[in-house]
Amino acid sequence: MTSGVSIETLDHTYPGATAPTLRQVTLDVPAGTRTAVLGPSGSGKSTLLSIVAGLTAPTGGDVRLAGRSVLRLPPHRRDLGVVFQRPLLFPHLTVAENIAFGMRMRGTDRVVVRHRVAELLDAVALPGFTDRRSTELSGGQQQRVALARALAARPAVLLLDEPFSALDPQLRGDMRTLLTDLHRREGTTTLFVTHDRDEATDVADHVAVLVDGDLAQHAPPAQLFRRPASLAVARFLGGAANAIAGTAHPGRFDCALGSLRLDTPHRGPGLLLVRPRAIVVADQDGPNVVPATVTAVTDRGTHLDVQAASADVILHLTTGPATPLRPGDEVSLWLPPTQLSVVGR
Amino acid sequence: MTAPVPRRPLGTVLTRPAVVLLAGLWVAGPLLPLAVQAFTDQWFYPDLLPARWSLSGWRQALGPQSGLAEAVATSIGIGVAVAACATVLGTAAGRALAWHRLPGRRLMELVLLTPVLVPPFAVAMGAQIVYLRAGLADSVTGVVLAQLPAAAAYTTLLMSGVWAGVDPALERQGRTLGAGPWRAFREISLPRLHGGLVVAAMFAFLVSWSDYLMTLLIGGGVVTTVPLLLFATAAGSGNQAATAAIALVAVVPPLLLTALAARQLAGGDTALLGVGR
Repeated sequence: MTSGVSIETLDHTYPGATAPTLRQVTLDVPAGTRTAVLGPSGSGKSTLLSIVAGLTAPTGGDVRLAGRSVLRLPPHRRDLGVVFQRPLLFPHLTVAENIAFGMRMRGTDRVVVRHRVAELLDAVALPGFTDRRSTELSGGQQQRVALARALAARPAVLLLDEPFSALDPQLRGDMRTLLTDLHRREGTTTLFVTHDRDEATDVADHVAVLVDGDLAQHAPPAQLFRRPASLAVARFLGGAANAIAGTAHPGRFDCALGSLRLDTPHRGPGLLLVRPRAIVVADQDGPNVVPATVTAVTDRGTHLDVQAASADVILHLTTGPATPLRPGDEVSLWLPPTQLSVVGR
Repeated sequence: MTAPVPRRPLGTVLTRPAVVLLAGLWVAGPLLPLAVQAFTDQWFYPDLLPARWSLSGWRQALGPQSGLAEAVATSIGIGVAVAACATVLGTAAGRALAWHRLPGRRLMELVLLTPVLVPPFAVAMGAQIVYLRAGLADSVTGVVLAQLPAAAAYTTLLMSGVWAGVDPALERQGRTLGAGPWRAFREISLPRLHGGLVVAAMFAFLVSWSDYLMTLLIGGGVVTTVPLLLFATAAGSGNQAATAAIALVAVVPPLLLTALAARQLAGGDTALLGVGR
């Protein structure tokens, strides 16, 4: 049975370290869902996973699986599947023996094991690889076997620590698709650690952004991009190209561009964030339309990177590659209210 | 287009075989007269070969009075016990040295070398007092315990080299798949240690097999191993043929073991012999 994971006010400081690696991290992953823990390197995300797996003991807080605290349980009693960045296949065993390892440790009946191994080899598109040695496989194949091995014993939770970052980009895309397919079949609660935001949003239904040991935001991907909780989150997600200082009031934001309509829970001084892709070159006046002068246009082939000045504010926007814009043009820019968010300074 | 192979001067060509031949003679040379001595009762200087061939030396060495059979059995028993204990200890200690960032690891490695560095006489004298007080003197158990530190030091250094070549992450992966600590060791790391274990056990056995001093002082003459018998025969009887025959018997197990372990010694693990890393 798959079960939910609750991480509660988790603290961790490595022995001898001055700064904590994790600070009061609270994260709930309901049974059967997929959460990606996204953060730059050194943000503490691998430590978080290692604590859930039981390989690192935290300095404070609790980890619960299906409502029960597992902090006192050693890793082999936690009923988990873990895939690390390296495949770590057991070199003296065949592919089938590797996949069967977890079931063998649990004393599963041989016939059941054989069926399950065959089923998973099909699922990871490696039928007929039963008797191969791990050393005969390519990196991508090895990681597929590692995935099958982690899932074989139907663990309560699947933990993945940057599982695809050692593979080349083309293969990485295939692995994401495979992981999504596997999740559809197996339904295992998944906690996925990555530094790649595309990977996080592709694979997970919720993304938890970890910055410097703090859980900055836990939300579905779309909300994460549209309503970043802080400037740090927006920066990490590449959404801080336009950050305009001003003051938030109910239903509006007053700044150098004027009074813009939007919906934000934020009150008082803050930064208005709008992604370059969200800004629309408009052909009529109206609410949230600001006049601007194009100052620079860079043709990137697939799109144009445009800079436009409006009331001393430089706005960055991207448009289709065929948009007839040249420096000096006077334009009207529409800042759609649903695409605007405000964060504290 | 092929470049002409430069001809090397004859001296250079001959150097290597000459060095190999001389080194071989230097090591095996002393064994040759021994092999001859065991089969004669009359061999006088400056004759190159004995005046008469005879098997009387062997008859005496293998006869009931010599006690060679008992000595070989005792030596093998002690050797096997020392090899087993030292290999287990060395495997555990080697793992700790190789895998954990222990404070003072260098110091510990130095301590492990003390049986090699400190004059054995000094150690044996001290050990004799301790074992007498502990009531372990004059017993096979005492001799095994006394030989163990030196043997375990060798196995630890050797096994720490072997462990350094085993990825700790593999055992960690096994733990997450449901294997307890002992099971993870047995199923995942142990298969990778095989070659090292064979070599370590062999070394420990050989350390025990050729030990004289510890066995003499701790065994107190009650525990008679092959080296003790050999020395006693050489010093006591003056029977050179019998002494040579016993000496040849003493040489057999090391040669046999080396031959048996040849595959391990020649394998990829050889680089790990000695201090490793």
